[in-house]
Amino acid sequence: MEALRHTINAFATPTTIYLSSVALFAIAMWKMEIVVKPLVMIPVVIVTVLGTIFALTDDHFFKLVTLPDNIPITIMLATVGYFTWYALKKGVENDKRLSENRPLIEQEQDRRVMTWPNLVYIEFICLIAITVFLIFWSIGFQAPLEEPANPTVTPNPAKAPWYFLGLQEMLVYFDPWLAGVVFPGLIVVGLMALPYIDPNPKGNGYYSFKDRRLVIGYYLFGFLIQWVLLIVLGTFMRGPGWSFFGPFQEWDPHKVEALTNINLSELLWVKLLNIGLPKNILLREGVGIVVVLGYLVALPPLLAKTIFKKLYQELSFIRFQIMCFLFLAMLSLPIKMILRWTINLKYIVAIPEFFFNI
Amino acid sequence: MNSKLKQIQKQIVESQIWKSIFRHGMPDDTRTRAMVVLSNVFLHLHPVKSREAGIRVGYTWCMGGITFFLFLVEAVTGILLMFYYRPTAEYAYSDIIALREHVPLGIMRELHRWGAHAMVIAVWLHMFRVFMTGSYKPPREFNWGIGVVLLVLTLLLSFTGYLLPWDQLAIWAIAVGSNMARATPFLGHEGPGASLLKIGDMNLVHAGDDARFGLLAGRMISEATLLRFYVLHCIFIPFVASILMAIHFWRVRKDGGISGPM
Ligand code: HEM
Repeated sequence: MEALRHTINAFATPTTIYLSSVALFAIAMWKMEIVVKPLVMIPVVIVTVLGTIFALTDDHFFKLVTLPDNIPITIMLATVGYFTWYALKKGVENDKRLSENRPLIEQEQDRRVMTWPNLVYIEFICLIAITVFLIFWSIGFQAPLEEPANPTVTPNPAKAPWYFLGLQEMLVYFDPWLAGVVFPGLIVVGLMALPYIDPNPKGNGYYSFKDRRLVIGYYLFGFLIQWVLLIVLGTFMRGPGWSFFGPFQEWDPHKVEALTNINLSELLWVKLLNIGLPKNILLREGVGIVVVLGYLVALPPLLAKTIFKKLYQELSFIRFQIMCFLFLAMLSLPIKMILRWTINLKYIVAIPEFFFNI
Repeated sequence: MNSKLKQIQKQIVESQIWKSIFRHGMPDDTRTRAMVVLSNVFLHLHPVKSREAGIRVGYTWCMGGITFFLFLVEAVTGILLMFYYRPTAEYAYSDIIALREHVPLGIMRELHRWGAHAMVIAVWLHMFRVFMTGSYKPPREFNWGIGVVLLVLTLLLSFTGYLLPWDQLAIWAIAVGSNMARATPFLGHEGPGASLLKIGDMNLVHAGDDARFGLLAGRMISEATLLRFYVLHCIFIPFVASILMAIHFWRVRKDGGISGPM
């Protein structure tokens, strides 16, 4: 047991967890017809449950997970996991029906029925179930209350409410103006723009997968990996000083992670060219600025000619630009993560004089 | 005996009082069932008839309805909490303690807090369901947009409420969150571009007037912040959210009811 915990702690780093999740995600997107089968899902559930039980035997992990304010995360993970499977299973089922020219699941009940009692009763039962659930939850877990507010004593770690922890985790890789302002703004704008930049008329009003693979992959990647997974990392594995800890590792407030991160400009001017940083900011950060502009401005036309060729034809120019911008903005997080893990890159563009670091 | 009961029932149902409240008989035939939905202001959110596949729990997961119900739970428990809670630095914390210590078996605060978390989860799942059924596609694009605003408002409701217990957990969680505001481009004093906004030597954006200042009603979290968050939490955001929910529900119907295959 102890040995297993040590192995897991040693293996668990942001890099391994993130990359293995992305790999699993990619496999699932690729072989969805197989992944949603009960034959695959039942072992997955069993392993998850057994793994959780094993994890709960650890004091540190147990304390973290049963903190009253962390209970919702468990509920969120269970429900999001279940419903993701459920929706995709139905999607795959409908794909099959479509290919065999059979009616969709949703077309089997084509009638219109009286709202009372058919719908009203469902709502009523849901309402009672939720009420009972909430009452049990409230009796079981007291709402937390700590010491009175004291602005002079900073807790370590100081964490935002759990649903914002994905954003707080992003602070490791981006400055607050990006992680805390621009990216949340883009998530909201991007979600609103979704109906206007998804040109696919298929899959409207029924579960589906194959016909909408691209957009479903996009959404699920954002939701499951960039949002939910980062919440889990931020809540359960970030301790004092936002240092990373394995799931079964006591949070040691004295753990210091060596900060060896380096800016692109330093890498270029100091390490490679050996002439020191130039005084002129534009000259100093020139390469970084060109890289970022190239990424945001030069890449979309390139994508339009290559992998997004079909999309480009279906979307008008402006819609395609917006779609590309949102896509690239989302992709910038994994890119920055990988640059951090591989070459310890801190900022691509570093102009602290104007709080402009990317 | 049975006939006696029947007679009493008949007398009640045919009394002027009863008839003034319920405009229809028992909903046991199609006509009265339609009447129930039409003559009740709450049920009237629904159409009289619904697409059978659309109302299945397997299709909507009932998640929009659950989100709405949790909002109502929050409103009711929140109003009850407001009777006992004073949003001042002096009393806020002790009022929360009092709720815990002086109310035997009291779970009102728990219901309110866990209900809020549940609402956040439910709204994510609702959005996920709408996405997976492609229900944001024409003609429902606009309602999806309304929904996104509702999602933001739900998170903000939860966030503003987090400060009110006025304990360490509360102020530091809000401190972490609101610190972002000072990095807002142009509008935060540590945001990119803010230092460009100046007249002569005078900075237009500084710690005493930037976005964070506006959010916190001061340079740091203080009693003024507590009042600001209290009003946002109890009045302003619920008010806006209610209006948007009304539009949201209205549009669900106007866009042809719950979505289904063409
Ligand atoms: C406070 C939050 C919200 C409440 C109370 C709410 C409530 C509802 C309800 C009761 C329905 C009827 C069908 C169902 O239950 O699924 C509905 C449908 C819908 N909701 Fe929401 N919703 C909320 C947030 C959202 C969000 C965040 C989105 C998406 C971004 C959204 C988009 C939609 C759309 C497009 C429909 C029509 C779906 C269809 O016709 O199948 N809503 N909403």
